[in-house]
Formats: sequence, C-alpha cells, structure tokens
Amino acid sequence: MPIINDTIFFDEKAHGEALEKALKLTPQEVVMEIRESGLRGRGGAGFPTGTKWMLALSAKADKKFVVCNADEGEPGTFKDRVLLSEYTKLVLEGMVIGGYAIQAQKGFIYLRGEYAYLFDHLNTYLERMRREKRLGNNILGTNYSFDIEIRLGSGAYVCGEETALIESLEGHRGEARNRPPFPVNTGYLGYPTIVNNVETFACAYIVMSKGAQWFSKYGTEKSKGMKLISVSGDVKKPGVYEVPFGITIKELLELVGAEEPKAVQIGGASGICIPMSEVNRNISFEDIPTGGSVIVFNKERSMLKVLRNFMEFFVEESCGQCTPCRVGNKKLLEGVELLEEGRCSHRYLNELIELGKTMQIASKCGLGQSSPNPFISIVTNFKDEIMSNSIRGNNGK
Amino acid sequence: MIYPDKNVIVSEVEHLVEKYGFGRENLLPILQEVQRKFGFISDFAMQEIAHRLDIHPVEVYGVVTFYSFLSTEPKGKYVIRLCKTISCDIAGKDAIARTLERELGLKFGETSADRKFSLEFCHCIGMCDQGPAMLINDQVFTKLTPSKVIEIIENIK
Ligand SMILES: Cc1cc2nc3c(=O)[nH]c(=O)nc-3n(C[C@H](O)[C@H](O)[C@H](O)COP(=O)(O)O)c2cc1C
Ligand code: SF4
Ligand code: FES
Repeated sequence: MPIINDTIFFDEKAHGEALEKALKLTPQEVVMEIRESGLRGRGGAGFPTGTKWMLALSAKADKKFVVCNADEGEPGTFKDRVLLSEYTKLVLEGMVIGGYAIQAQKGFIYLRGEYAYLFDHLNTYLERMRREKRLGNNILGTNYSFDIEIRLGSGAYVCGEETALIESLEGHRGEARNRPPFPVNTGYLGYPTIVNNVETFACAYIVMSKGAQWFSKYGTEKSKGMKLISVSGDVKKPGVYEVPFGITIKELLELVGAEEPKAVQIGGASGICIPMSEVNRNISFEDIPTGGSVIVFNKERSMLKVLRNFMEFFVEESCGQCTPCRVGNKKLLEGVELLEEGRCSHRYLNELIELGKTMQIASKCGLGQSSPNPFISIVTNFKDEIMSNSIRGNNGK
Repeated sequence: MIYPDKNVIVSEVEHLVEKYGFGRENLLPILQEVQRKFGFISDFAMQEIAHRLDIHPVEVYGVVTFYSFLSTEPKGKYVIRLCKTISCDIAGKDAIARTLERELGLKFGETSADRKFSLEFCHCIGMCDQGPAMLINDQVFTKLTPSKVIEIIENIK
C-alpha cells in the first residue's frame, strides 16, 4: 500500500538547499546523484534524467543549453502551471543545477503562450535570483556562470515535442525533426541541449537537497519518487495531487472523490481510456505511464463525444508534415462521425483500429504515434456503447 | 488605427530587431510583439521583418501561419479564446459559448467590425480543474457561468 499522505513538493520545509549542495560537487557527481535516484522524465516519455544529463555532459562543444519544457499542452494537464507559479524556486534552481551538471551557459524556459500571464512572475523571480547571486555570473561565489531567458510559445501543441520545441526556439515552424540525432548532441543551434519537463527540474532539485537514497524510497522498482497528477472531470475535488508511483487508479479515484465513474482517461488526449474493470492497474512506467493528466467521466457521459473531442484536437494540432498523422487522424475522426450516425460496421471499425496501429508505428513524432491511443482504447473498452447508435444517431450528441 | 502606417511598422520593426538581435532565433519574439501591438502581422510587416533579418518573406509567412496565436488578418483589441477541450466541455462550455456569441453579436472565428473583439475557440489552457475557462488576451478567467461572462464583457465594453 503506497503512502499517500506524504508529500515532497507541497511541504516547503522539505525543500532544503539543493543549489548550495550541488555546486560543492563536481558536475559528474551531480549527474551520478541524479542517476542513482532513478529519476525519470516527468513529461510523459520517462527517459532516465541522469542518462540524458550524462550524455550532454560528455558531449564536447563550446556551448551547451538547458531547456525547461513549460509548453504543458496535453489536455487535462496543469501541474506545471502550479509548479511554475507556486514552487518557482524548485523549477528555476533545478534548471541551474541541470546547467551546472552538463556545464551549460544558458537556459531557456519555453513557456506556452497560454501561460503568458506567468511571464512577469517568472521574470521577477529570475531578477531576484540574479540579485541573490543564484543566477548570472559566478553563482554563489563559484566560477560557474549561467543565465535563463524566457521564451513564449504561440499556441501550437506540437511545440511541446522536444525537437519541434527547438525548431520553434530557432525561429522556425514547430515541425518535429527526425531523431537521431538527439538534442543531447545536436540541439539548439546545433549545440548539445537537454530538454526536460518543469516537474523533472523540480524533482532534480529535491534529489540534490534530500539525496538519491531518500528520493528512491518512494515509488516502484522502475518508477522512483512521487508524481504530480492533474485531476479534472467528474470528481468532487479536482486539482493537483502528489502521489507515489504505483498508486492504483482505484486509490486515486477515492482520493479525488470520483462521482459514479465509468471511464478514466490517463495521459490526456494522447493517453488511454480505461473502464472500471481495470482500476486495479497503477500509475507507473511499468503499467500506465503518464505525464500526469487524469480525466474522470461519469456514467452519464457519452464516450463517443469524448472521443470526438480528442480526435478534433489531433486533426487541428497535427503539424501535417507526415502522411500517417495528417491523413490518419482525419480518417479516425470520420470514423467517429460514422459511429455517431450508426453507419460504421464492425468490420470497418477493425480497419480503423489497424490504421491506428499503423499510425503508431509510421508517424514521425510522438503526436501521431500516440494520437490513435484514445481511439483504440475507447472503441475497444466501450464497444457496446459506441456501437449502439441507430442509423439516425441518438447518443453521442 | 485600423491599418497601421507603414512608417510606424518600419520603426517598430527596427526597434524590435535592435532589442532582440539579428539572428533568426529572434523571429518569434519579434513576431509576437508585432502581433501584440498591431493585432496582426500585415504583409508589409512580414516583408520588413524578413528584410531586417535577412531571410525570405516566405519563411516569415510560413512561421506566422503555423502558430495559432499569430495572424495575417486583423484581430480585435480583445481576443477571447474559450477552451473547447473535454474537461471544460463537460463543465458546461456550450452555455458559455452561446452567451459569448449572443452578448458580442459574433460567431466563433469572427472579429467585430469595430475591431474591438475577436471570438475564438482554443484547446486546453491548463485550467481544467476550474472550467469552463477562457483567455481574454493574456488574462485567464475560470469557473465561468453565463452571468459571470456577461459581467466580464460589460466591464470591457
Ligand atoms: C506532441 C507532444 C507534445 C509534448 N508536450 C510536452 C509538454 O508540453 N511538456 C513536456 O515536458 N513534454 C512534452 N512532450 C515530451 C517531450 O518531447 C520530451 O520528451 C520531454 O520534454 C522530455 O523531458 P522529460 O524527460 O523531463 O520528461 C511532448 C511530446 C509530444 C510528442
Ligand atoms: S506525427 Fe503529426 S505532428 Fe508529428 S511530424 Fe508527423 S504530422 Fe507532424
Ligand atoms: S480542458 Fe479547458 S482548460 Fe483544460
């Protein structure tokens, strides 16, 4: 049974002095500490943060960059907004620690345009850090110098994908690049760059202040630490929750006061939708990985309407660069329309599922690779409901 | 100032290029400021920016049309963006959409003739626990009800 009432982020007293500690170590030692903690990226994909930093540290270049991915565009996710506005220190000093670890000179916060109202708050905080010698030249009297600049996005979900984000920072259309090469070698302006999620930097801060051992007490074998979950939908207490990895969906639903739930969407529009028969599954990289979006639907909700909402999102946000994603999402949306009209045969539905599987393999970036997830999981898990429309269409409206 | 004077654009672009620098990587911040100041990025502004940064105007056009917060058509002084993503949808976004359309006399996607308001839908703005939610320019409004929306619009008018 995981510990639910223990918190790291939400307990100010637990924060400690991470930057002081980190700057007394060598960059290699900082990277080793992060590696030992088992910290994995909180943006969704879960790449080991220590490994990413190690690769960037060992890359030879005269400039290196740190990017904080504050694009937070995944539907249902808002924990980064809370971290940026209420736990600013953890995020920004976590970036300085990342900068020191890979020996970068400059960092960017890529803040989504929708969060432009946080710009002044963040800038004021950066000013304060410079005054207190926690940013800028000779940080805390050491010979390490590093500065941070905020860049705003302009309303494109795909710019959260790390290579699209770098394209956008460079002044281009936010179109994903082929990988490899990876940003740790060839990132911003061709220099080694680490791109990490807001929460990952905050976790790095915690690891440095409390130690890898302490951090890895929480969570599961392959998913260490706590996770912030943004909960919305049909629940009594929506908001951000800090839970250990390994928490079951059932436990989470109880915690947030889910009201007559029928389905739970985990991981936002690009995540999966599970029925109540699967609530014993858990949130972790071993079972259901997520950047932290949980949306609960009660038994009154039409799952076709939910699915249409997600598919419209992908059709509008696809950058259009590659065919599987550009055409595939439109086909899946048309499939939803046929289902609404009661004109989608079971055979055609299976063809659409196959199309979705092809998109998962053949799309160029994570957007197209994950956009079929809600389609496949909803039509599979809620087949009776979505196949029950008559030819005139009666639910789903 | 519906269509800004060319001289105004020339001096604004000059000022912005000085502020941010000549590199291509400064294109987005420059475009964002032009958008904010004039409510859109005119053909002339795109040409002027391209000229100053020494890139092809088509490159600038390509970037402007990629991002939903940048536009080649004039937008209203107040751009209202109502979130249409699922959590806001189930929290009652349809009633808010109807209220906005009625009170502003606009349909979604339209800008008022006096260029005061533009009405648009947007995707999730990270306020899903407090929906329905909308942005007016950079300001966020949450837990909307029809009467709250009426009050907000009255205050702006
Ligand atoms: C379409 C798309 C959108 C993404 N949006 C975000 C985002 O808003 N924030 C984020 O941290 N990662 C996002 N990612 C994941 C990033 O590509 C990248 O994996 C992440 O920033 C790495 O940081 P982490 O290792 O700390 O998680 C997105 C990926 C895709 C494919
Ligand atoms: S998968 Fe979609 S978003 Fe990604 S590159 Fe292809 S078209 Fe663009
Ligand atoms: S769904 Fe509307 S703000 Fe997230």
